[in-house]
Amino acid sequence: MRRTTAAISAASALLLLTGCASGGTTDDGTVQLTLVTHDSTDFGEGTLERFTEETGIEVTLHSAGDAGQLVNQLVLTKENPLGDVVFGIDNTFASRAVNAGVLADHVTDGAAPEYLLPAGAGGEQLTPITSGDVCVNVDREWFAEAGLAEPTTLDDLIDPAYADLFVTSAANTSSPGLAFLLATIAAKGEDGWQDYWSALIANGAKVVAGWSDAYYVDFSGPSSEGDRPIVLSYASSPPFEVTEEISEAGGEAPTGALLDTCFRQTEFAGVLAGTEQEEAAQQLVDFLYSVEVQEQVAPAMYVFPVNPEAELPAEWAAYAEVATDPFTVDPAEIDANRERWIEEWAAIALP
Amino acid sequence: MTPLRSRRTAPGAILAIALGAAVPVAFIAAFLGWPVLRMLGLGLLPEGRLDLAGALDALLRERTLRLIGLTLGQAAAATAITAVLALPAAFVLYRLRFRGRGVLRALVIVPFVLPTVVVGIAFRILFRDGGPLGALGWDGSVAAILCALVFFNIAVVVRTVGGAWEGLDPRAEEAARALGASRARAFLDVTLPRLAPSLVSAAAVVFLFCATAFGVVLVLGGPGTGTIETEIYVLTTQFLDLQGAAVLSILQLLVVVLALSVAARARAAGDTAQRRVAHAARAPRRRDAPVILATVVVAALLLLPIVTLVARSLRTLDGWGVDNYLALGGGNDVMPAPVWQAVLTSLTTAGQAVLIAVPLALCAALVLSRRPRSAAGRRLLAVLDGALMLPLGVSAVTVGFGFLIALDRPPLDLRDSPLLIPIAHALVALPLVLRTVLPVLRGIDPRLREAAAALGAPPWRVLLGIDLAIAARPALAAAGLAGAVSLGEFGATTFLARPDGPTLPVVIVRLLARPGGEHLGMAIAASVVLAAITVLVMALVERLRVDSLGAF
Repeated sequence: MRRTTAAISAASALLLLTGCASGGTTDDGTVQLTLVTHDSTDFGEGTLERFTEETGIEVTLHSAGDAGQLVNQLVLTKENPLGDVVFGIDNTFASRAVNAGVLADHVTDGAAPEYLLPAGAGGEQLTPITSGDVCVNVDREWFAEAGLAEPTTLDDLIDPAYADLFVTSAANTSSPGLAFLLATIAAKGEDGWQDYWSALIANGAKVVAGWSDAYYVDFSGPSSEGDRPIVLSYASSPPFEVTEEISEAGGEAPTGALLDTCFRQTEFAGVLAGTEQEEAAQQLVDFLYSVEVQEQVAPAMYVFPVNPEAELPAEWAAYAEVATDPFTVDPAEIDANRERWIEEWAAIALP
Repeated sequence: MTPLRSRRTAPGAILAIALGAAVPVAFIAAFLGWPVLRMLGLGLLPEGRLDLAGALDALLRERTLRLIGLTLGQAAAATAITAVLALPAAFVLYRLRFRGRGVLRALVIVPFVLPTVVVGIAFRILFRDGGPLGALGWDGSVAAILCALVFFNIAVVVRTVGGAWEGLDPRAEEAARALGASRARAFLDVTLPRLAPSLVSAAAVVFLFCATAFGVVLVLGGPGTGTIETEIYVLTTQFLDLQGAAVLSILQLLVVVLALSVAARARAAGDTAQRRVAHAARAPRRRDAPVILATVVVAALLLLPIVTLVARSLRTLDGWGVDNYLALGGGNDVMPAPVWQAVLTSLTTAGQAVLIAVPLALCAALVLSRRPRSAAGRRLLAVLDGALMLPLGVSAVTVGFGFLIALDRPPLDLRDSPLLIPIAHALVALPLVLRTVLPVLRGIDPRLREAAAALGAPPWRVLLGIDLAIAARPALAAAGLAGAVSLGEFGATTFLARPDGPTLPVVIVRLLARPGGEHLGMAIAASVVLAAITVLVMALVERLRVDSLGAF
């Protein structure tokens, strides 16, 4: 027996691996929930622990991938769900999750109606938790120095006066990129957005793969490396460019969001179909909508709370702006056309 | 011991060989074969029936065909450039003797283990309009992708060819020179043919890495370019078009198998052509100047992105300083926990991956180092060798999603297991360890084993006292390399849950996802920390002086 030692050690390692498989969701007495979510989810220090103290329900985070990957993971694992509750499905992917039947019916009582999905398209399954506007941002210092008026609308971006100044992220590889495409579809209509994008590209707009790329490498803002003063980002970005010096002096934020160019991304929570802990799962969804959690989402995740009773942090109250009339596209329409739109967009924007 | 007995293999030994092969094969089958098959099944058998027309349709889409051409062309170009640039460096680092050579040999492998996302950002900072190299106009172009692919893979060629070059008897070339051949002629006619097996083997592996490159292509190429792998990513994560993804996965698998078989053939030729004995390196001479100059230029090109990163990490909102590093200490909004916790999680994951991969690779290497007399036996070993190399080339996206649907019930209910990520990393580490250990085991003079057996050592004793004793050092070195690769791994594991808190690469990605002030600086500082740790690991490993490390 030559290789038995090595073989046995490897075999026992394998046994050890399979032996370590995780158990079910219940452990005698205490209820355990798994919250499936994406990589950027953060409810602040100790928030979920307080939920456990209040209810005796333990929560394990299962976080992986970005928002799009999250929904696809849920669809693929429908027969044997990854957990009991999901947070992080957004309005651009909500229909796919709802149509695939991965969600059980439950919406928190009194959830802000302006953020709810339409009935029959997620309105019975998904509770809004956070909201963020994807908007074009500008480097105010750059425009002041150049003596050029800041652009304000989507149409300004195709004005030759602003040629070669705009950088955005791609609709097929970035979630804000898709949101911006949807904003232009809402603004220009099913028949007009293609022409708008052709004009945008002809006017020197640069398309890069992801948000970090666009913001950090190409944008000219104070914390960025590049020299393009117009970038696709979020309405919540400008407060993060405000240094202590500026806020103490009561100065203006060095960058600004163009509130007439925004698409609203809402992130939802829901109970996963097939959970054995339906009641506890509903409690967790309700907790995520509670003021306690809602006041944490702004500092922890850089998005706005949707619960109107939640208060914003002082700096946000001073510098953060919300679009009053953001562009919207019906989630069912997004679901029906997403692939076609992206393909048509790619043909125009990615020659 | 009679001649008759020594020609027969004992039944016990056959059983042991079968067992030794079965364990790593079972590992690959369970954690690579099964998940990939499940994903392919979902894609190709919608509603349980084979949809050939649909699959063919997906294959013949114009975009698909364009991407196949782009992938192969890009990989071929990157491989050729890498090979040409690596040759002078291989000569200088393996044929010349000078102070600091060991450090340089360690440094050359650093790009290979750096995280792709960060290297992507570094290259974009260099190439963007108005950046230090912006005048080249390479931003978002294939040229930028080629630069990054060369950057990542040059170590593979330098170390593989360098190791072979070190083993070449210089007298053949000297004889050619004495007979009147020019230096160029002597190199082309005498040296290069003897280096060919190692060069082809390394080039095939580089081609494989380039053809399956993902993160760096996504970031650098701009959204207009791509590879089969980035398309699989978009189809799977954005469109949930599993059929298209399955077709591309199979296509990629074909490319990978082809590249692997070219590499294996070249390795086999190299094995028979020469036995590796390191010849004394000589001191540099004046006529080496062009080669040394070429090496310095290549080294400068390799250092450029790294220097860019370090410089950016030291820049703060109001000048220069170590603020970004101090901010990693934790206690602020973005990083409630200090960065060393993420470092610790990363190191634990890497350690677990190594503990899984090394015993498996050792098992496989012990089996593969046998030289069966029958042609069928040799073919069987060649197939086994090829199967164990597959993790280097199979679509990471497909494996990652496959884990979710294939490892979801007993006996392999691992979706929430803390071992899922170490297993994913071990898959990639296994071939790296195997390629390091196997040449050493094959180089053992069979007479050593015969002598031990003649002196009365039972088979297990021979294995322990000779094979494993000699393999211990390269195994340790390979463990270091595998650990370093695990530290920087961004591929398949971004889809998998991490129950133990974030690893360092995840912290970097999170920082890069936030706007404002210091976050970019912190992300890059964290990347420099990650790079420093990998350099440290590689420098320690290099002290073990294992030439086959990182070579193919």
